[in-house]
Amino acid sequence: MSYLKEFTKGFIKENPLLVFALGMCPSLAVTTSAINGLGMGFASTFVLTMSNILVALLKNIIPNKVRIPAFIVIIASFVTITDMVMKAFLPDLYKALGIFIPLIVVNCIILGRAESFAQKNNVAVSAIDGLGMGLGFTIAIFVVGAIREILGNGSFFDIKFLSEDASTILIFIMPPGAFITLGYIMLIMNKIKTKFN
Amino acid sequence: MQKLPSTLPNMILSLTTISIIMAIALGFVNDKTKEPIAKSQQVKINNAIAEVLPPFDNDPSKESISIEGNKLILYKATKNGEWVGSAVKTYSPNGFSGDIVLMVGFLPDGTIYNISVVEQKETPGLGTKMAEPKFKNQFNNKHPEKNNLTVKKDGGEIDAITASTITSRAFCEAVNRAYEVFKKQGGVK
Repeated sequence: MSYLKEFTKGFIKENPLLVFALGMCPSLAVTTSAINGLGMGFASTFVLTMSNILVALLKNIIPNKVRIPAFIVIIASFVTITDMVMKAFLPDLYKALGIFIPLIVVNCIILGRAESFAQKNNVAVSAIDGLGMGLGFTIAIFVVGAIREILGNGSFFDIKFLSEDASTILIFIMPPGAFITLGYIMLIMNKIKTKFN
Repeated sequence: MQKLPSTLPNMILSLTTISIIMAIALGFVNDKTKEPIAKSQQVKINNAIAEVLPPFDNDPSKESISIEGNKLILYKATKNGEWVGSAVKTYSPNGFSGDIVLMVGFLPDGTIYNISVVEQKETPGLGTKMAEPKFKNQFNNKHPEKNNLTVKKDGGEIDAITASTITSRAFCEAVNRAYEVFKKQGGVK
C-alpha cells in the first residue's frame, strides 16, 4: 500500500464530495463565497485527520456493536475542543470560521472515513487518508464557493470586480444555486473520470 | 491485539471509558479557555463601543447599565467629564437565523452616530450585507424620532438589502429598540 496513493485518491478518484456525494449539508450551506469554502474545508480537514488518528488508535478496544456511538463521541468532543481553543486563542480566525465549526459534526465524511477506513488501518495510513480526503473535500467546496461567489456576488475573495450597483445572478448565492453548481461540477467530474477509465 | 468481542460488559466498559476520557478532556479545555474567551469577548465589545461613538476618554464598560439580563446594555462615554454619547448593545430575535446583536452609538441629542454589527448568523452573501457601509451607514446622522427608521416597504426611509428584507427589518427593529433604552435611561437632552 503506497502512502502517496492513499494521499491522492481523495483528490479525484474517491473525492468525498464529488464522487461519493458525502458531506452535502455543510457544502451546500456554507459555499456562498470562496473564502467560506476554504475555511470550512481546512477546519474539516483538521477534525478529519485527528479523528482518523484517534479511531485508528482505539480500534481494538471498541467492540464492533458500539463503534458508531464511540466514533460520534470522539468526533463531537474533537469539534468542541477545536471550537473552544479557536475562540480563546485565535479570535480573528474564529470570527471568520466560527459558524462552520459546529457544522463539522454533521459532516458525514468524518464518520464515513472512521467507519470505512480508520478502523481497519494503522495510525499512519489513517492520518494520511484523513489529510488527503480532507484536502480533496477542501478543493471541491472551494471551487463550488468560488463559482457561486463570482456569479452571485460579482466578487472573488471579497474583491469586487463589478460596480456596486451592477446586478448579479442572485440565485447562485441562494440555496438553489448551490445545487445547480454542484450538479454541473459532478457532471464534469464524471466526464473526466469516464475518459480516464 | 485482538479486537474486543461485542459482549455486554465489554460494550458498557468501552463506551463508558471513552465517554469519561472525552468528558475530562472537554472539562479541562473548557477550564483553560474560559478566561481568554471572556477576555476576547470584552475586547470585541470595547472595540465596538469605540467604533460607534465620538472620541471619549473614560472606560464605558465600567459605566454600563444592563437591562433584560445582559441582552440590552447601555454604555456611557464621557470626555473630560463631559457626556459625549452612549452606546447601546441591542438585539433582535427576528433575524433570518438567530439573534442579531448590534452596537448603536447615540449622540446626547439622540442622533445616531454610527452602528456596528457585533454578532449575526444571517445568510452569507445576502443578510451579511447589513455589516457593509452601503446599508448600515443609512442610519448615521438620523434621529429615530425625526426619521422613520423602517424599510421602505413598511413606509420608512431605509433601503432594504436586496433579497434580505427580513434581515433589514430585524436590523431596524434592533436600532429602534436601542433608542427606547437610550431614551429611558436619561438620554435626549
